[in-house]
Amino acid sequence: MRYGEKVAVDDLDLVVDRNTITAVLGPNGAGKTTTLETCEGYRKAQQGSVSVLGLDPQRQRRDLLPRIGVMLQDGGAWSGVRAMEMLRHISRLHADPLDVDVLGERLGLGDCGRTPYRRLSGGQQQRLKLAMTIVGRPELVFVDEPTAGMDPAGRRTTWELLEQLRTDGVTVVLTTHHMDEAERLADRIHIIDRGRMIASGTPLELTRGGSSTIRLVVTKPFPDGAPESLRQALGHHLEVTTISDVSLLITGPADSTTLATVSGWCEQQGVLPESLNLGQRTLEDTFLEITGRELS
Amino acid sequence: MNQPTGTFTPRPGAAPLARQVLAQASMESRLMLRNGEQLLLAVVIPVIVLIGAVTAADHLDLGLSHRPIDEFTPGVLALAVMSTAFTSLAIATGFERRYGVIKRLGSSPLPRSGLLLGKVGALLLVELLQIAIISAVALTLDWQPHASLLAALLAIVLGTAAFAALGLFVAGVMRAEATLALANLVYLLLLAGGAVVLPASAYGGFGTVAKLLPSGALGNALRHALWSGGYAWSSMLVLLVWAAVGAVLTARTFTWE
Repeated sequence: MRYGEKVAVDDLDLVVDRNTITAVLGPNGAGKTTTLETCEGYRKAQQGSVSVLGLDPQRQRRDLLPRIGVMLQDGGAWSGVRAMEMLRHISRLHADPLDVDVLGERLGLGDCGRTPYRRLSGGQQQRLKLAMTIVGRPELVFVDEPTAGMDPAGRRTTWELLEQLRTDGVTVVLTTHHMDEAERLADRIHIIDRGRMIASGTPLELTRGGSSTIRLVVTKPFPDGAPESLRQALGHHLEVTTISDVSLLITGPADSTTLATVSGWCEQQGVLPESLNLGQRTLEDTFLEITGRELS
Repeated sequence: MNQPTGTFTPRPGAAPLARQVLAQASMESRLMLRNGEQLLLAVVIPVIVLIGAVTAADHLDLGLSHRPIDEFTPGVLALAVMSTAFTSLAIATGFERRYGVIKRLGSSPLPRSGLLLGKVGALLLVELLQIAIISAVALTLDWQPHASLLAALLAIVLGTAAFAALGLFVAGVMRAEATLALANLVYLLLLAGGAVVLPASAYGGFGTVAKLLPSGALGNALRHALWSGGYAWSSMLVLLVWAAVGAVLTARTFTWE
């Protein structure tokens, strides 16, 4: 799929392979929803072209809609409608829907089936919306922040469901600002920020094969030339990135010896570490390196 | 609770349009009837107006051309149509926009025409129920219509089209709360001064204007149909014009959100 929409989404180029889970990851306001809604035919791309299942989502919308499932971020149900009644209604718009009761049970809607939508918890509303998205047996689903407002058990249920969808041959495109969600689920991740794609790849590629990182935060600003001097102290197999005047990110094959070196270097520079963390490199680190900002 | 592999194997497709429209109409009518305030507007107020007007006419000389129950029943039926096709529809649609229901249905297989047909179907279902109840009350009060059912049906269909088009226009351009307030206000104003229950002749000089309002036109058309079995063609034309104006305005201005 290709897009191009100005301001909110600028010059975004991305392709989704069938039968995969693709995560569009980015902070709030990055343009994730705009991107999805352009694919769903709600918005017209002002520049560029969009093709979904080989169709133009604007001009061939009627052909496209029965084949896709859409989960919107906000709303989507009458306030007075009962949970299972809503699901049953959506199922009746489709030719060959899933068994509504089985699906409701699977998503834990059995207990609240007769509860009006407005009285459902946030997590129950999300699960109902997800059920509405897949009840028509789509080929491709767009799910916008599927686990927002869910408790950990709800998130797990949702993840397992999305994985089973892929196994059964459904293509999944989801947005999230949770990097753990993207890392756990996605075959490919596209990180977008301020409407632009800043990184793209498999989770392994984006975290560079699970190499290590060290995050250093000190109590007062580093002296001039600190990153360079640390780089020399560590040797050139490690990368040093400046995050702010009190924090640095060290990437590469780091171990406990590296930690000792960093700690010794701090003493020599006359700065006091506030925190010094060694960990697996995560998508959070990738985002931080590229934008200099935290993801969430 | 995992299902066997293959449960979700894609088998996409839209249901036949007629089935979708039926599902939408049944869903919307159920929601309308479930809503207490709307039921009040749909049935309780018209019945109170009918009984109130008949009781008042027994004590006051209003110079009516027919027996009070025969005089007022057609207008009360018109009032019931107006409450559902205009006020209830506008409020329901306003909140559907607010809650993203219309947007969500916009990505379902249900086309816009299907959504509209579903709404019309729901309106007609609710109106049928209203007419049954109001007619039953009127008949127990010894209502003796000299009716042409076809003329009455035509008036109701045209009146529904006119009010529904206007109701959708209001709901499509205003916020839900503003729609709620305006739709109720217009209902009250037309009830009092719109020549629905009382014929336009009862309004003196304003009567000529009131006849051109959708409320006055629907009231007049139903009175003709139920008093003498006549077709009030000029009133039906007025309703048709309002329906066309409302439809054009709605088509030009309606937004999903």
